[in-house]
Amino acid sequence: MSGSIAISGPFTHADNSVSRTMQMVMLALLPATAFDLWLFGWPAIFLFGLTILFCLAVEAGCLMLAKRPVLPALKDGSAILSGWLIAMSLPPWAPWWIALLGAVFAIALAKQVFGGLGQNLFNPAMVARVALLISFPLQMTQFAAPHPIFTAHAPDILTGLKITLGCEGNLDSLSAASALGHIKTELTRGIPVTHTVQSLPGLKEMILGIKPGSMGETSAIFILLGGLFLMWRRIISWHTPVSMLLTLFLLGTLFSAINPARYASGMIELLSGASMLGAFFIATDYVTSPVSKTGQIIFGFGVGFLTWIIRSFAGYPEGVAFAVLLMNATTPIIDHYSRPRVFGRTRQGQPVAFGDKK
Amino acid sequence: MKLFSVRGGIHPSYRKQATTAKKIEPLPVVPFYFLPLRQHSGASAEAVVNIGDHVGKGQLLAAPVGRISAPVHAPTSGIVRAIQNMTAPHPSGLPGMTIVLESDGKDSWAELPEAYSDPFSVDPKLIRERVAWAGVVGLGGAAFPAAVKLEQSSQKPIKMVVLNGAECEPYLTGDDRVMQEYADEVISGGRLIAYAVGAPKVVIGIERNKPEAIAIMKKAAEAYDNVEIADLPAQYPVGSARHLVQALTGLEISARTRIADVGVLVQNVGTARAVWRSAHYGEPLISRIVTVSGGGMNDPKTLDAPIGTPVKALIEYCGGMNEKAEQIVTGGPLMGVGLPNIDVPVIKGTAGILALTSEEMDHRPAEPCLRCGRCVDVCPCGLSPVEMSSLIRRDKLDEAEQLQVMDCFSCGSCSYVCPSHLPLVQYFNYAKGEIWNRRDEERKQNKIKALAAAKEARLAEVLRQRQLAAERAKAAKAAANKEEKAV
Repeated sequence: MSGSIAISGPFTHADNSVSRTMQMVMLALLPATAFDLWLFGWPAIFLFGLTILFCLAVEAGCLMLAKRPVLPALKDGSAILSGWLIAMSLPPWAPWWIALLGAVFAIALAKQVFGGLGQNLFNPAMVARVALLISFPLQMTQFAAPHPIFTAHAPDILTGLKITLGCEGNLDSLSAASALGHIKTELTRGIPVTHTVQSLPGLKEMILGIKPGSMGETSAIFILLGGLFLMWRRIISWHTPVSMLLTLFLLGTLFSAINPARYASGMIELLSGASMLGAFFIATDYVTSPVSKTGQIIFGFGVGFLTWIIRSFAGYPEGVAFAVLLMNATTPIIDHYSRPRVFGRTRQGQPVAFGDKK
Repeated sequence: MKLFSVRGGIHPSYRKQATTAKKIEPLPVVPFYFLPLRQHSGASAEAVVNIGDHVGKGQLLAAPVGRISAPVHAPTSGIVRAIQNMTAPHPSGLPGMTIVLESDGKDSWAELPEAYSDPFSVDPKLIRERVAWAGVVGLGGAAFPAAVKLEQSSQKPIKMVVLNGAECEPYLTGDDRVMQEYADEVISGGRLIAYAVGAPKVVIGIERNKPEAIAIMKKAAEAYDNVEIADLPAQYPVGSARHLVQALTGLEISARTRIADVGVLVQNVGTARAVWRSAHYGEPLISRIVTVSGGGMNDPKTLDAPIGTPVKALIEYCGGMNEKAEQIVTGGPLMGVGLPNIDVPVIKGTAGILALTSEEMDHRPAEPCLRCGRCVDVCPCGLSPVEMSSLIRRDKLDEAEQLQVMDCFSCGSCSYVCPSHLPLVQYFNYAKGEIWNRRDEERKQNKIKALAAAKEARLAEVLRQRQLAAERAKAAKAAANKEEKAV
């Protein structure tokens, strides 16, 4: 060895890295993804693969345009993860161009325009979802009823390909509404929630996820397992998800107790839509959420609160994506006001009177 | 005893097993010793010997200069061969004035001051003077002159002397071994420090990952009512003095005040032993315990190495380095620094010499920050490394200063956990250096301004006096004229 000093301290390091973090998140998503790919069959599998592929392609294209190294960025896994999360939030039988547009919205507009990994203000997957939802409301709300792969009524591989390519016109007979969508539609027709819930899938189906919904969001239990895995591996902490889910649950429980005909219960709020996925995999996105634990609790509360408001009062049946984006915008200011107190100083930065008991 | 929680921190892999069970071995005499005149924080010492002088072991070679300084003594007997600029054991590789001592192989002692057989019967002032004479400095790594700390503390009501045996840096086992092998000397040293500053109580904090040391120290402390052993959680950097005091007392020391202000005096356990030896045996500080370890070292050991021994000699004594050794580090892997080469000497602050492999260091190129916030969680100072680093990268030092980057003591916890392998400590060290320079510059400017203003005022005063004198003369002349006329 030479005596020269090529590197700076510290000379030891915890064994974590960007790509490892991404891999962990993907690993955590695996059970829910596998379950839903099984549930919705070949079209879902094609759409899932395409979304990730498009995301990688758009990322590579942007980096080439910016004359930045392409391979290291592709290898860090962030584009794959974004694609994965977009795919999970799409209706499983959506056509291929939805995936392509999603990739462009997420990677090109929400991420690379801001400067690439770590620089974006808004969660790329949620930008894609919201942009698609507003632009293509029909395609984005056409949820397929469960058709587990290899079962009698499931589309075979060729039909699946046709669905993804958009050449299979007759989807109406196969599609169904999501639980939240159903409640909203019925409410607008004057039918109380108490009545609608009877036609919803049972609690077991809700938890397991055998119900219509986005490609990766239906299974509350598998998402929850993935989230717990991330907490155990210390990739995420409990602060954001617990704060968000608790807010959602308490608001749902409180208001459905006051007016059960008007508001869905806390349990439905938790188990339907993107609540679980949002709490564990979206709102916890490092780049777009606050860095301090206090900030994360505020952030989680905000997401839960806004989600409930949008679900209960706004025109859209689901509000997680909107809520996350709105809260993303507040992240810098939350960060500013939730910095920890510096050792030996007051919150204002003045030295404490010396020898203060904590 | 009751412990208090300390914010943040990390649990690095400790990697102490290579040396923790091995007895301290004394390093044999080598042909040449290199003694930098500045081995401590504060002003450089000044040589009091000349080239060609024969000196005995323990003889004074350089005397302290100024208020914060420490002397340097001969680690063995021999002849002063040179007093010249040589590469200092610092990553900069910059030179520092160094005395070169050629050993005569006899290792014979010079005449030493009186050994106090019972130091507790001597005037505390004499103890403090003895510590100053012996050149004892903080052996934990900061190398602050112990006597200065004692003198400052003796002016204040000290309620507790804390001996720091946390040794929270990975690899290092010097303090651990000292406590296991010299428990009595450590405890006597702690009691003597308490005596020298008039403190009623000694608490010795040891991390729980050193159960043998804790057991031995507890046993040795049994004889004294006012000596207590506290087993600290293994949580780096609990050995940082401020955090140690918080863990033991719950007191949060204010930014920019001294620990002594809350009535606590902290010294490393090795320092306590050196204090004891200086009083009880009249020995100056001429050797220290050094852990020689790391995956690149063939036979890791804990050594009792004379100050001034070239690092190379320690490495050779430990069987040399293997081909995997990638980087030589002095100190621990978290706060230690790289060495420019292995010809530099062991100095008073050298707690460890590590030959680390690339596997152990796990050094990788930096990736973009994900804002994961781990650095905020682990920062023991409650800082926000993620924000400070992004400000510093854009050279917004004023804003980084507002976020209190100057309170960072470079413990390295943030860099350790960073998944993007950002050189965070590097950024903060850069910012701190720049801000210090700026403050210095400002001080200079202010001084110049003040001097200029003073000069202006002086000139104006001279002018005024002259005018006054002229007026007076004129008036006198007029009066004289009048008188003349009247006459």
